[in-house]
Amino acid sequence: MSTKSKLRALLWIAALGLSLCCVPWTASAQEPGVPVKITAKKFEYNPSEITVKKGVPVVLEFTALDRLHGFSCPDLGLRADLVPGKPVTVKFTPEKAGSFPFHCDIFCGDGHEDMAGTIVVTD
Amino acid sequence: MAMQRREFLRLAGLGGIFLVTGPGRSALAAGEQSQAEEFTFVQMSDSHWGFSGPAVNPEAAVTLKKAVDEVNGLAKRPDFIVFTGDLTHTTDDPQERRKRLGEFKEIISGLTVKDVKFIPGEHDASLDNGEAYKEFFGQTHYAFSHKGVHFIALDNVSDPTASIGDEQLQWFGAQLAKLDKNDRVVVLAHRPLFDLYPQWDWATRDGAKAVEMLTPFADVTVLYGHIHQENHFMTGSIPHHAAKSLIFPLPAPGSVPKRVPIAWDPAAPFKGLGVRGVGAAPAKKNLELTEYPL
Repeated sequence: MSTKSKLRALLWIAALGLSLCCVPWTASAQEPGVPVKITAKKFEYNPSEITVKKGVPVVLEFTALDRLHGFSCPDLGLRADLVPGKPVTVKFTPEKAGSFPFHCDIFCGDGHEDMAGTIVVTD
Repeated sequence: MAMQRREFLRLAGLGGIFLVTGPGRSALAAGEQSQAEEFTFVQMSDSHWGFSGPAVNPEAAVTLKKAVDEVNGLAKRPDFIVFTGDLTHTTDDPQERRKRLGEFKEIISGLTVKDVKFIPGEHDASLDNGEAYKEFFGQTHYAFSHKGVHFIALDNVSDPTASIGDEQLQWFGAQLAKLDKNDRVVVLAHRPLFDLYPQWDWATRDGAKAVEMLTPFADVTVLYGHIHQENHFMTGSIPHHAAKSLIFPLPAPGSVPKRVPIAWDPAAPFKGLGVRGVGAAPAKKNLELTEYPL
C-alpha cells in the first residue's frame, strides 16, 4: 500500500471514529420479539436512543455493568431496577408515536441527572 | 386534584406571597392552644456545597456564606431555620463526602440563629444510605412541635430509589396519630411527595402514601427542595411549596427538553437563588411565605 493510500485509509478510520463519538448511540427494533440490548453504567445508557414501531411488540434487554441503576419511562408507563450482571427485560407494545424520554431513577452519583435517553416510536 | 401555581394563586385570590394553606383552620388541640403564638422560621435548601461548575455558578465558594449573611440580616429574627436537603454535592469518595459535610456545618455555624434543623437530600445520603450524614446531623427523620405547630421531617432520599419506605411510613402514621385533625401540621421533605414531573425524576416513589395519610388533616403544608426553584402545587387541600436553591436554578418542570442548570447571568449574579421566610400566626388561616433573593 502506498503512503497516500495508507494516509487515506487512516483518514477514513479517523472519520469513522469521530462519527461514532459524535452521533448518539441509536438502535432500532425492527423484528418483533428480538430484544434490543442496552447497557447501563455511570452515567449513560448505550444505546441512548431506541427507535421502535408503533403497534409492534418490543423487548428491551438491559444489563447494568457497574452498579444498581434504574430505568424509568413515565410516559410509556415503564420502569425497572437494573441489577448489575443480571439482564432485565422490559416488554411493551407502543401504542402512540412520538419521543419519550427515559432516565435512571436510582441515584447513582455525580452525573446521575444526566443518565437519560429517548425511546422514539415511529408510525 | 393537582393544580399549578398560577391557578393556585388565582384561587387563593392573592397573586402574591401570602398563600392560603388549607380549607380553613380549626382550633388547635386543647393541649396546644395555650402554646400557639405567632412566629417565623426560615427555609434554606440545596446549597450543594462542593459543587464546581463555573458556567452555572462561578461564585460557588461564597454563595452559601452569602445566604448565611442574608438570613442573619433579616429584620425579623426567625425562631429557627430548616434546611431541606442537598446540603452538599455528591461524591463517590466517602472521605470527601465527610469533608464537605464538615465544611458545610462550619459555614452554617455562622448563622446567628442556632436552632437549625436539617434533612438530607439525595446528594448527601443516597450513596451510603445516610451513613455519613447521620455522623454530622443525626437522624434523617424526626418530629418536633413549636408554638402549637407540629413539624414532621421525612427522609425520602436515604433510600436511593427515592422512597420513604414502609418502616418510616409506619413511624409517620404514629406521629400523625398523636395529633388532632385540626392541628396545624408542616411536613418537611427534600423531594416532592407528589408526581411533580416524573420525567425528570421529580417525585417520590411512595410519596402518594404519605399524602394520603395527611388527607384527614385540615391544615397541612409541605415544604420541600430538590427542584431548585420556587414552585407551588396543590394535592387536594394540601399545598406543597418548593424552595429556591443556594447554588444554581433549574428550569421549570418540562419547560425544556433536558433538566440542565440555568446558566449564570453575569448581569444578574445569584439570580434565581434565595431563602424563604415562613410566618405562622394562629389567628390566620395561612402560612405566610416571603421569598428573599440572594
